Amino acid sequence: MQTVKIVVTGPFNSGKSAFIQSVSEIDVVSTERKITSEAEKIKNTTTVAMDFGRITVDEDLVLYLFGTPGQRRFDFMWEILSEGMLGFIVMVDSTRPETFREARSILETFRAYAPTPYVVAANKQDLEDAWDVEDMRIALRLPDNVKILPCVATDKESVKKVLLELLFSILEEVEKNSSQ
Amino acid sequence: MALKGNLRDFSVTQLLNLIHLAHKTGALKVKGETTANAYFREGKLAYAHMDNEPDDLATILYRDKKITRAQYRTLKSRAGHLNDKALGLLLINAGYLTQEDILASVQSHYLSTMQRLFAWAEGLFVFDAHAAPPNGKILTKIGLGNLIIEGARRLREWEKLQDEIPNLDMALKFTERPGTDLRKLNLSVEEWRVVSYINPRNTIRQIARATKMTDLEIRRIVYSLLQAGLVELVRPEGQTVPKPIHTALEGKSKEEQKSLVNRLIARIRGL
Ligand SMILES: Nc1nc2c(ncn2[C@@H]2O[C@H](COP(=O)(O)OP(=O)(O)OP(=O)(O)O)[C@@H](O)[C@H]2O)c(=O)[nH]1
Ligand SMILES: [Mg+2]
Repeated sequence: MQTVKIVVTGPFNSGKSAFIQSVSEIDVVSTERKITSEAEKIKNTTTVAMDFGRITVDEDLVLYLFGTPGQRRFDFMWEILSEGMLGFIVMVDSTRPETFREARSILETFRAYAPTPYVVAANKQDLEDAWDVEDMRIALRLPDNVKILPCVATDKESVKKVLLELLFSILEEVEKNSSQ
Repeated sequence: MALKGNLRDFSVTQLLNLIHLAHKTGALKVKGETTANAYFREGKLAYAHMDNEPDDLATILYRDKKITRAQYRTLKSRAGHLNDKALGLLLINAGYLTQEDILASVQSHYLSTMQRLFAWAEGLFVFDAHAAPPNGKILTKIGLGNLIIEGARRLREWEKLQDEIPNLDMALKFTERPGTDLRKLNLSVEEWRVVSYINPRNTIRQIARATKMTDLEIRRIVYSLLQAGLVELVRPEGQTVPKPIHTALEGKSKEEQKSLVNRLIARIRGL
């Protein structure tokens, strides 16, 4: 039995848990806690350790989706989580430009851990205040070759698309390496 | 789609950069100390105005010393009903000023308006791509490059602080270096307030909250305390590192890797 994993990261409240929940065959195993600090009280629970979801591929292959905890005080776990990952997804709340800077810094941190492919999910595109994907590309200073995809984490089809785009990038990477 | 937010999180320079790179056309409104309005055409500045500031052409030309006080008075009383475009045309046709003169004054007025906007640390902004250009105003085509560079210079302090103290979830503790006597230091009131919260259990973010400081303010102070050798950055107390989790793709042939990724793709498609 082989297990592989994809890491879902991004700022606080960007929709990581929702994303994983949409495609996981098990209820997301997460360690949600009631939020105690005042400033982060825009919702009731946050992920304090990590989420993980599971997708069984066949008898001997399982894909795990790991979500990183939202608050930076848990970022000591990131490096551990990213060990051996196939790739990662950076979730960004498209309606909260105040989190873009942090999203960029998270992205840079993960890129430093491993040279694996990644995509950016411009989440909550269903909301009226959502920034346009191409505007977000500029705001996040993403190079043209990095995929930024519109996403609604609560919508399974949308989540599938993001996962597929990441897998396509991973496949490309494998092919690129094999042609060397 | 909306393009809105707060300057606190997305600065004027970043906004201009976005408008510039995406060749945007539309109106930018920023509500801060007062309200600022700007209009852009294909990524170039066409118009800029601060509410509560006169920006009729006669005033702009008088301030720029292109017309005398007497001429200004005459224009105000006799041509007050004309909009800027019409007045500009009248002045050119009457041989008072050239088109270049007028454009130069208008441009420098718009630029100085934008420069003042750089000083705003806060303000709600919204960019409306469907707004019509301002009526009767003389529109310019000022490239944003220089403005962006100027704005970036001002931003550098912030970015430097961000580099020095990237993570506000770190805590502070007093260094045990002998010879740093707190009482002999010339600390400001703000610095004292921060000092009073220094404890390996309090993150910088929590101290900022307790002292009601913005990220920039707390970073400035922590930076000066670090520079003074008074404090050092430490991980907040009470955190343990869990066991690592092992998964592997290594040690496989390329064909195996490809087949594995293709199986994943097929599975996700079928979800
Ligand atoms: N409208 C809308 N709401 C969403 C979307 N994705 C997530 N949300 C909501 O946004 C909030 C945050 O989502 P979570 O999945 O808890 O975010 P998270 O990134 O796991 O948060 P932390 O673990 O605290 O960092 C929840 O109220 C979700 O229901 C989306 O695509 N559209
Ligand atoms: Mg979560």
